[in-house]
Amino acid sequence: MAEEKEKKRLKIKATGQMQKIMADYFYELNDAARDRSKPIAWCTSVGPAELLRAMGFLVHFPENHGAMLGATRMATDMIPEANAIGYTPTICSYLTADIGAYLKGVTPLSKAYKGIDSLPKPDVLVFNTNQCRDVQDWFAWYGDEFNVPVIGIYTHRGVKDVGEALVTSVAQQIKDLIPTLEEVSGNKFDMEELKRVLALSRECSDLWQKVLFTAGTIPSPLTFFDGTIHMGPAVVLRGTQPAIDYYKLLLAELEERIENHVAAVDGEKYRIYWEGMPVWGRLSAHSKLFAGLDANVLASTYCNSWIFSDFDENDPFHSMARAYTQLFIVRSDDAKEAYIKRMLDYFKVDGIVYHDAMTCPNNSNCRYGMAQRLEKETGIPSLIINGDLNDLRMLSDEQTKTNVEAFIEQLEERKG
Amino acid sequence: MTDQSVFVGADVGSSRTKLAVLNTKKQLVGFSIKKSGTDFTATSNTCLDLALKMAGVTPGHIVHTVSTGYGRKNVEFSSATKTEISCHARGCYHYFPLAITIIDIGGQDNKVIKLDDQGRRLNFKMNRKCAAGTGAFLEEMALRLDIPVEDMNDLASQSQNMERLGSFCTVFSGTEVLEKIRNGKKVPDIVKGLFFSVIRRVMEMDSLTENVVMTGGVVAHNPYLVTMTEELIGRKIRVAEHPQLTGAVGAALYAMNGK
Repeated sequence: MAEEKEKKRLKIKATGQMQKIMADYFYELNDAARDRSKPIAWCTSVGPAELLRAMGFLVHFPENHGAMLGATRMATDMIPEANAIGYTPTICSYLTADIGAYLKGVTPLSKAYKGIDSLPKPDVLVFNTNQCRDVQDWFAWYGDEFNVPVIGIYTHRGVKDVGEALVTSVAQQIKDLIPTLEEVSGNKFDMEELKRVLALSRECSDLWQKVLFTAGTIPSPLTFFDGTIHMGPAVVLRGTQPAIDYYKLLLAELEERIENHVAAVDGEKYRIYWEGMPVWGRLSAHSKLFAGLDANVLASTYCNSWIFSDFDENDPFHSMARAYTQLFIVRSDDAKEAYIKRMLDYFKVDGIVYHDAMTCPNNSNCRYGMAQRLEKETGIPSLIINGDLNDLRMLSDEQTKTNVEAFIEQLEERKG
Repeated sequence: MTDQSVFVGADVGSSRTKLAVLNTKKQLVGFSIKKSGTDFTATSNTCLDLALKMAGVTPGHIVHTVSTGYGRKNVEFSSATKTEISCHARGCYHYFPLAITIIDIGGQDNKVIKLDDQGRRLNFKMNRKCAAGTGAFLEEMALRLDIPVEDMNDLASQSQNMERLGSFCTVFSGTEVLEKIRNGKKVPDIVKGLFFSVIRRVMEMDSLTENVVMTGGVVAHNPYLVTMTEELIGRKIRVAEHPQLTGAVGAALYAMNGK
């Protein structure tokens, strides 16, 4: 019988340090919520976190919690709770998993961090619709539940060129959040503090970009699956020193791998770009699947989404508005395709895997012919797999496996 | 290698296990088809015995075996595995060495595979996770209509006035079938509508190139599906002599390459 081989996938040594700073982050939030010592804001993952930190808030990110529900495979049991109160199975499964978990009174944080029983209660909820409309509906539900203000930024979507009019509009909306934030926190807005936080956030972003771009080396010292785990600090701790210190550590480890020609996937033969959300409940399975076929999924649009190169401490509001509008997810297909082509070139990619996530149209870019257009223009083959970020009812593991194996066989034929 | 040396391809599908034995001249000298059941290993062993007997050879004459299909990892006597996508492509190109689009309609899934004139795969698509457009869909509908699934081909070809079904979903299609029965529609017309539904689901998966080949068990048992597809696309479709075996033949051809 043909034996299945288990490939060696190299572990990142810095992981322990990341777990420590993430634990510190969750405990600080938990303590503040318990003692009412600091105001707490809930924020969308590419929302104006810098402004919130600068105004003295500790920040919880419900999408991070949604991803944790997915990665721990709790989500599929939580989603039906939200379905039952009118949030259908085809809308964002971060939203349904998170609200479902709240309704059931459970959180993966309890399993990971002793002493944490629940999420930190918010004093305000702040969204940016740059990702999708679902975040607004999600936060509205919690606004009613906790009887706290829900404020946000309405970003223009499907943007081809990020022009001045759009940036000015978003910058003004960010400024307009300040009076409510002052009232809720009891703190006056301090421009110098915003500049300080934004500078830290920019430094974190630059380091995170350097980390991800080490994957441009052959063989790559990093995988996309590593990236989905190690992006935690870039999402929840951007604007803080611990995130910066962590990415310096991680970068040094990856640079050492490059120097010693150490591959994240032993025997890397095929270099794959992942377009779309990860399937959180299958990170390990997918990592093994690709590695077993000598393929390294080494780069993604998704992990790159927390690179904010436009942040400029000398022009905080304007540069935040530009950075949060430049995001891939906000853009037109023209702009997205131009971006992906640059990435395919930089990372020396052999094939693209598109994840068509049932409940996330905004991160499923293969639905309007993009895969076919890019394949025609670049000659790089692509594969679309059907699945979901969180709802494991929406995927077939066997179909994914066969599709991926067949795709790698196709790449093998091309390489000869 | 001797004159009696053979290469074996085992295609363990969700519904049927197919086994092909090729001689050194790439001729099909033995084959067998059995219901896969729940013990893929035992079924593939039985298929091997039958196909080798037909070929007039013994296990000692096997040079290599490649297995494919859902149960490809359960075949005891295989030395390598390949996906059914690669094997169908290889098998079809063996019979039709042209730039082709292959439509494979299987028990559990469908595939549309495009090859260039050198037999290199350009791309492929598999159906989404649901049963729409597959053999499983027809089996489910045969139950609703209380007819043997093997009668469907003849019934569809007798239809005078096809009844169209609108839904993607097998369960919803079942409801539509019940509604048509209630309204007194004729069974042959409903069955032809079901065939049309299968074809539409497959045609939605990808565009077709000039030369089209159809394969798979559903095609083997329901040749009228090919006729209907030809009418729909307005040109002749190529079908191998044993359309259910092309995946197994492809696997045997890979075995001939030693992988």
